Amino acid sequence: MSSSETGPGGQAHGSVKEYVIGLILSIVLTIIPFYLVMSGVGSDTFTVITIVVAAIAQVLVQMVFFLHMNGSSEQTWLTASAVYTVFILLFVIVGSLWIFEHLNHNMLMGH
Amino acid sequence: MTALTNDHDLHDHDDHHHHEAEAADRYVFGFWLYIISDCLLFSTLFATYAVMGQSFGSGIKPEELFDLGFVAVETALLLFSSFTFGMAMLGANAENMAKTKFWLIITALLGLSFLGMEIYEFVHFSHEGATPQTSGYWTSFYSLVATHGLHVTAGLIWMFFLFIHFKRDGFSNENKIRLACLSLFWHFLDIIWICVFSFVYLRGAM
Repeated sequence: MSSSETGPGGQAHGSVKEYVIGLILSIVLTIIPFYLVMSGVGSDTFTVITIVVAAIAQVLVQMVFFLHMNGSSEQTWLTASAVYTVFILLFVIVGSLWIFEHLNHNMLMGH
Repeated sequence: MTALTNDHDLHDHDDHHHHEAEAADRYVFGFWLYIISDCLLFSTLFATYAVMGQSFGSGIKPEELFDLGFVAVETALLLFSSFTFGMAMLGANAENMAKTKFWLIITALLGLSFLGMEIYEFVHFSHEGATPQTSGYWTSFYSLVATHGLHVTAGLIWMFFLFIHFKRDGFSNENKIRLACLSLFWHFLDIIWICVFSFVYLRGAM
């Protein structure tokens, strides 16, 4: 079984090596934010940014090494639907925060 | 599933193998679309959590309750279960039943331990005065984390039934598709958990 062979859904089958790399990267990307928060070193801003960056990086690592997404042409629909989801996700989360920020602000101002 | 089981008279020809592979592709892609809609469900729960992030009222605050060491163990359990499921998939690709079953059992045990820890945590939090009724914050916390927990529960039940299927039919085409879908589902749950421990626990404990 070569790692380039594709399985159901246009996904590549993966190999032990690929899963081990994914696991190690995930462990590293988990330990860094946990260490920062638990030890309290670094400013709050730095810690928050690291948490966000490490989370996004780990999601990407798992999509590549565990879900075997690679953006190849057999996976056009997979990739397209994933990108679409990211947009909707951002609209929902950023949009909600934005709206409620304004609501809270206006309520506190006594309007 | 009826369309799948109707494929059995096609086994003999290469051409038909190709058809089977295409059918499998379609089924797994269909399941992928479900995963995406589930993603949107979680995005609304995360949005609610973010909006409710400071709505503590007179209730207890998360930084008084969150135990990051505990969460780190939960995270490790789920991450390793994602890895062991990958090993089970490799076993299935090689049509090695013993290997597939062995890694599936390890995955199920890790998932079960995770679930046990989560239930223990909820009971503990409730005793300390943080129930879903306590404040807007805790309502959104329990909605989000428990929805993830329910998904893990569903995954474990699915794993149990898949085991029975494997025992009965071995590596049939249907069972391989079922395993591929469950694998997507399980990895997806780990990805959701990354967001939960980052944005709920780590952020909440600061």
